[in-house]
Amino acid sequence: MQYLHNIGAYFLMIIELFRKPTKWSVMKELILKDIDDLIIGSIGIVAFIAFFVGGVVTIQTALNIDNPLIPKELIGFATRQSILLEFAPTFMSIIMAGKVGSFITSSIGTMRVTEQIDALEVMGINSLNYLVFPKLIAMAFYPFVISIAMFLGVIGGLMACIYGGYASVDDFITGIQQEFEPFHIVYAFIKTFLFAFVLATIPSFHGYYMKGGALEVGKASTTSFVWTSVAIIIINYLATQLLLS
Amino acid sequence: MIEVKNLHKSFGEAHILKGISATFHQGQTNLIIGQSGSGKSVFLKCLLGLYSYEQGSIEYNGEIFADLSEDKKRDMRAKIGMVFQGSALFDSLTIEENVMFPLRMFTKLKKDEMRDRANVVLKRVNLEGAHKKMPSEASGGMQKRVAIARAIVNNPKYLFCDEPNSGLDPKTAIVIDNLIHEITEEYQITTVINTHDMNSVMEIGDHIMFLKDGLKAWEGTKDTIFRTDNEVVTDFVYSSNLFKKVREAIIKENK
Repeated sequence: MQYLHNIGAYFLMIIELFRKPTKWSVMKELILKDIDDLIIGSIGIVAFIAFFVGGVVTIQTALNIDNPLIPKELIGFATRQSILLEFAPTFMSIIMAGKVGSFITSSIGTMRVTEQIDALEVMGINSLNYLVFPKLIAMAFYPFVISIAMFLGVIGGLMACIYGGYASVDDFITGIQQEFEPFHIVYAFIKTFLFAFVLATIPSFHGYYMKGGALEVGKASTTSFVWTSVAIIIINYLATQLLLS
Repeated sequence: MIEVKNLHKSFGEAHILKGISATFHQGQTNLIIGQSGSGKSVFLKCLLGLYSYEQGSIEYNGEIFADLSEDKKRDMRAKIGMVFQGSALFDSLTIEENVMFPLRMFTKLKKDEMRDRANVVLKRVNLEGAHKKMPSEASGGMQKRVAIARAIVNNPKYLFCDEPNSGLDPKTAIVIDNLIHEITEEYQITTVINTHDMNSVMEIGDHIMFLKDGLKAWEGTKDTIFRTDNEVVTDFVYSSNLFKKVREAIIKENK
């Protein structure tokens, strides 16, 4: 029953965060601050992970192709497909659920514990709009982060291929270009937008409605990571079924 | 003036407020005292509109808060200042930005005008020169003064304080108490303070209401509280040896 209650409360929160909007002059600054915290602040770690995981995907693919009849272009092809379709949008989002999600939950949760949210409410400010709406708008730029992950993932694969000697640069680039479906990019970005919504709202929900003290802020961050990851995996399955099958 | 009539509030089975009526006058510091669990915080949160209640009414200058439209509630809240127990300053803003916050949200003042107003209020609470500090760099007493400055910057008609001097040393606590009292008289605000600090009661208790188990057990002033025969109040007031000795001295003096 508690799960159903939480799901209901989550959707009510979504409705509430669009009511009684905060003054635009204030909101503008909040959005810019959240873009800095959530998007710009994530580029470094995303770039690092994408580059090296791209390399690992290439090495794993190359090492598992021991049949001489299979063309070497397959390494580039498999790297592109893995990174564009799943690694960059989905698994990077799960990593971001840990980075961005726990930041959102702990910052809003700490505001709850220290009565800062009560202070907003007493002043007649819609605290959900003030706190969550800017994060939602900032996360609209999340596909930009995922584009970087896609690009650097493939570059990482190329580098691993060159320095590991698994295939020639020409073979790898031919593989990347082989049977390219532009709709796969559309599919990846549709998923990314859905994940961005989840990444902004589920951690906010867990932070906003938490009760207790500092220990509970930590627990709320963990719970938020778990539920954000679960939501991402379920949405990934449904989106794949609906868009690709 | 705030008028509370027959206020009832429950959480599930627990009946917390059992029909409290009270009047809080303008220009007075009204203290709500009582033991932990007596319903003080719930009462204050009902006054602030943070909690709904099952029965009774709360009137701000004759207007029933619960009956107001959302827009009017918002206007009313702009007239309310609140000092939270833990100050509740916004961590990401400087002291000056914290004080300017209600002005940014509710006025159309230019940035320079807001800054000037914030600096006037910061000076009033003896915090000139600290405006660029972050809340985490300020002491507990400074944070309380910033919270008071933020609460009064938009010229509120009503000021609510939840245990404003908890966690402060006795000397700083008295400074905070006196500051609230002076501001109340100076700006003719209706101030309601939730406390269990007897020093505050003796310093600034223009009007005192004692709550016990969700009921109003006694009402009076700082001058009458030491002379009351109400056992519930005397048990609370004279729970410390210091105040027991004060009472003995008063009785001796009266003889």
